Amino acid sequence: MGLERYLDLLSQTCRSIYIFARSNNIPFEFKHVELFKESVLGKKPAAGSGAEQPHAGPSSREGAGKVSLLKKVPALKDGDFTLEECTAILLYLSRKYNTPDHWYPADIQKRAQVDEYLSWHHANIRASAPKTMWIKVLIPLFTGQPLPSQKLQEVMEGLSSSLKQFEERFLQDKAFIVGSQISLADLVAIVELMQPVGVGCDIFEDRPRLRRWRRRVEDAVGKELFFQAHEMILNIKELSSMQIDPELKEQLAPVLMKMLK
Amino acid sequence: MGLELYLDLLSQPCRAVYVFARANNIPFEFKRVDLLKGQHRTEEFQKVNMLMTVPALKEDSFTLAESIAILLYLARKFKTPDHWYPAELQKRARVDEYLSWQHTTIRAKANDLLCYKMLLPVITGKPVPAEKMQSLTEELNVVLNQFEQKFLQDKPFIAGTEVSLADLLALEEIMQSLIVGHDPFEGRPKLAAWRKRVEGAVGQQLCQEAHGVLMDPSNISADKFTPEILELWKKLYLK
Repeated sequence: MGLERYLDLLSQTCRSIYIFARSNNIPFEFKHVELFKESVLGKKPAAGSGAEQPHAGPSSREGAGKVSLLKKVPALKDGDFTLEECTAILLYLSRKYNTPDHWYPADIQKRAQVDEYLSWHHANIRASAPKTMWIKVLIPLFTGQPLPSQKLQEVMEGLSSSLKQFEERFLQDKAFIVGSQISLADLVAIVELMQPVGVGCDIFEDRPRLRRWRRRVEDAVGKELFFQAHEMILNIKELSSMQIDPELKEQLAPVLMKMLK
Repeated sequence: MGLELYLDLLSQPCRAVYVFARANNIPFEFKRVDLLKGQHRTEEFQKVNMLMTVPALKEDSFTLAESIAILLYLARKFKTPDHWYPAELQKRARVDEYLSWQHTTIRAKANDLLCYKMLLPVITGKPVPAEKMQSLTEELNVVLNQFEQKFLQDKPFIAGTEVSLADLLALEEIMQSLIVGHDPFEGRPKLAAWRKRVEGAVGQQLCQEAHGVLMDPSNISADKFTPEILELWKKLYLK
């Protein structure tokens, strides 16, 4: 029985899991969930609510409703066991499949440094980087409203501040966050930082040290896998010409506008 | 030089680290960092943690920030009882899942409410406007509901039958608003029962000692803050 993952490669956290699983030859079934329709609006009934009825539609959508209580990607299903949260999934996979030590080193100090980054990441890099996509692509797409330039500037300032800490505190002069080899920390960081790149805010441009780190991460993961995982985000302009259901637009617009505050 | 823990017991994650270390008889030197006085922003403290956050750990030349990293490090180094971070794969994953989820939910919303109720009266001399208070409470309620429904469900603790790091961190975050007179356990018997179980598992006396700081509102009276910290926190937290 393969692991199933409910993934959407537009999502940075999903990409980290995809890359990690592929990189380590972990057998899985990739179930594509269209992020916006299923997860953001949470249109599916909650699992066990008794409201499940058979309905026409791709099996992946029905499956996604049953698994995800919190209605967000990514989610993992391993037999009867379901798990959410990117960090938890990555750690679970690393343990279950005994992946090479460097991903989550056994040495307790190195391991602590991975934990430290994975924790700090949430309220820092992850607080700003994804907003670039919301502001530059999603909000205009779903609300028909133009790009709010002041908001983007605020987000970029926040992101700059986090990147400074990233370089000075986490990366420093090392090849990777925890020394000479790639770990889960680098993987989680890089997928988040590719988000602004995909929407035309190239944060690597004026940051040579960061750029060199990115190259090393790409090489460590394997360029082919890296770019395959990032193909969607790097071609995000295609999303702009996507047909969005008007009902969906109506439902999503207030949610997105709230993000602008 | 031994283990040093840089803490301010007013801070939720600091209390989690403190309680964990004490509950497991981990020897450490308590280094107080007074947040309201901005001691976390001094040059001296930045040598310990340039991120300027507490809790922080220092052991000879090894320094560590982020409460989750510190808790896990201590659990491993001092080989604490299994239930804190179970070896069993799926139980461990449950703990990881909560620890990851909580950053942008319980932590964020509980902290938002705390900051408004704590800072606004000090800065403006007036209470938080009712409408704002309502929206802060509603947002906190949403995540508390998710906590009860998804993470606790009908289990005694997050990972099952025994207390873990997840429960400890959750409790410290959830109970923080007690210091500003907001009781998150009111009207939530399931949550209140869980709190009793966590405190029982950790030790009543230790909890009373560690949580005592939250029971005295004078700990966050206006005179306790420096003007610089008020200015900074106004920009950061009162958006």
